[in-house]
Amino acid sequence: MPTLSEAESKTLVATYGIPVPDERIVPDAAAAAAAASAIGFPVVLKLNGDAIAHKTERGLVRLNLADAAAVEQAGTELLSKATAADGPVSLLVAPMLRGNRELIAGLHHDEQFGSTVMLGIGGILAEAIGDVAFRLVPLTRIDAEELVDDLRTQTLLGEFRGEPAVDRAALVDVITGLADLAIARPDVRSVDLNPLIVVDGSPIAVDALVEVSE
Amino acid sequence: MTTLTHEQFQALFDPRAILVAGASSHPGKFGFVTLHNILSQGYPGGVYATNRDGGTILGIETVTSVEELPADAPIDLVFVCTPAAANPDLLRACAARGVRAAFITSAGYGEAGEEGRRAEQDLIGLAESLGMLLAGPNGQGVVSTPSNLCAQIVAPYPPAGRIGVASQSGNFVSSFLNYAVQTGIGISRAVSAGNAAMVTVPDYLDFYASDDATRVGLAYVEGIADGRGFYDRVRTVTDRMPLVLLKGGATAGGQRAAASHTGALASDDRIFDGMCHQAGATRAATVEEAFEAAATFATQPLPKGPNVAVMTTAGGWGVVTADAITAHRDLTLAPMPDDLLADIDTKLPPRWSRNNPIDLAGGETRDTIPEVMAMVAGHDAIDAVVYLGLGIQSNQARLMRNGRFYPGDGLERIVDYHERQDARFAQAAAEISDATGKPILTATELAIAFPDNAGPRAVRESGRLCYASSNRAVTALGHLYRYARFRERRGLAD
Repeated sequence: MPTLSEAESKTLVATYGIPVPDERIVPDAAAAAAAASAIGFPVVLKLNGDAIAHKTERGLVRLNLADAAAVEQAGTELLSKATAADGPVSLLVAPMLRGNRELIAGLHHDEQFGSTVMLGIGGILAEAIGDVAFRLVPLTRIDAEELVDDLRTQTLLGEFRGEPAVDRAALVDVITGLADLAIARPDVRSVDLNPLIVVDGSPIAVDALVEVSE
Repeated sequence: MTTLTHEQFQALFDPRAILVAGASSHPGKFGFVTLHNILSQGYPGGVYATNRDGGTILGIETVTSVEELPADAPIDLVFVCTPAAANPDLLRACAARGVRAAFITSAGYGEAGEEGRRAEQDLIGLAESLGMLLAGPNGQGVVSTPSNLCAQIVAPYPPAGRIGVASQSGNFVSSFLNYAVQTGIGISRAVSAGNAAMVTVPDYLDFYASDDATRVGLAYVEGIADGRGFYDRVRTVTDRMPLVLLKGGATAGGQRAAASHTGALASDDRIFDGMCHQAGATRAATVEEAFEAAATFATQPLPKGPNVAVMTTAGGWGVVTADAITAHRDLTLAPMPDDLLADIDTKLPPRWSRNNPIDLAGGETRDTIPEVMAMVAGHDAIDAVVYLGLGIQSNQARLMRNGRFYPGDGLERIVDYHERQDARFAQAAAEISDATGKPILTATELAIAFPDNAGPRAVRESGRLCYASSNRAVTALGHLYRYARFRERRGLAD
């Protein structure tokens, strides 16, 4: 099933009120360095393209680049890693967001229950923890609030390691935004917001992958 | 989809007269057992039977065809024990004389391969064209206590009550009815959906939700082919009554077993779980949890909030119950307000716990328990009470009554006193619950160790469930609170 590029995926989810970082798509390494200077350091640099889905596994993400020279060098390297199968590629420059907590959220189609929204605890231990919960689409704001309540790891949503409590209303907005997207765009088969980093209490989708029907 | 009417369900659950088609003279056959069960459990309407050879079975003069039945017999329900091949003609003849519902116990349909599936589709088509409700096929039967009806191929017949049971597996109907017998918390209607060819579990639940005899639905489901449709139906049921669901196939192993049982697919169990939360359905993890949740919905008012008080006559029980409430995601061990502490101080010596759990510490006199319970349940800070320690003295009284010294040495008098007191405490729990509109759950293992103990017996006689442990009472109470909160958040009426 075809996927949208990360940049297009983020543009789409942002239309439904899901917070995404202030990012730029640029054609080459020099433009990446200029964009990074405009956004402010440190930044993240990623290779961007419609057919690129598993960036981390392929080493197509560079984190925590501190100055223009580092960005330009990383940009050159990433562009050289593109293969013919990747099709047209560009570079995505994003601010380096920090937060100790990662969540995941998404939209999936279930054979029996149709369109479902998922929310879970993310991060490297996500699979071992297995703390995810679902709701069917359409849903009400109350349903979305209760989906947040369904997570077992509630302590992670409170004040945590010097960071403020997660803004539950903002998290509920992400859930209702996904549900609105599902209803407005029946051609969208799935959305993965992974991770949804909690920055100063607010969830931000630092990666997004949207699958659409052929 | 077939449109089923309230009148058709009434024909199934409250028939004016019944025909058993394929009654048998062999006491081991379904056609005999069903007739026996209908006749022996007090069904007041007319009972008729067909048999290939005619003759008398259990005092009923059978006929060889439907046409021979008295024309004025108001038969609403035909209970079908005949082989599948005979059923189309049977349904036509029954419909011609006004029969509006059929329960098909015959096998050889959807569960029996391609040919059976075709026969099942044909039978539904026929029933639809005849305007007849078709329950089953391959089901165990139907029970309806408002009509003293036990039309099923298995035992037991349960006590009357307010729980409406619908199950995708007949065995679970029997399990729930057996729990009803054990606990005294009764059943309004129960049906085994069998292959659910025309009438599905949600259809029965929809009828129960508009049925005056039923206060709570209790259903067993396995694979659900149309999950979305199931959700939509369940949501309209929970608007009107609480619904407890037990689902088979929660794990990969269970899903394989369910696929071979009902042939339905399974999706991620966490989606089913989320669907239940969204629909306001109470999902139970085990059979006994499912029954006890339904029994609690049937017999206790809904709590208005999460704050639970524990009243106990012994320390350890109170501590474990406090743990269970504290660990519960939705319930709170109620903080004790100063004015309530001061009120209880007037009834107990200073050594009582002065905290929640309210440990009476043996300080109670003749009237202390009902008085303190009324104070606790009557306070605005308390939404529900779990009461522990009932029946201890009556258990001692039992040893005394059965011992060789009875009735001398003052034993008769003390035995009578203890039993009277325990019965009184149980009655007080029910009366105070009624008066305050708050749930009061009594828990003691004596409910199963010595069900005739005066305490648990009086709980049963008050129409309430005596929980076998405080943990089970807390689990049931949590289910009630979740449902109450679901309604409250969505502005549904009390």
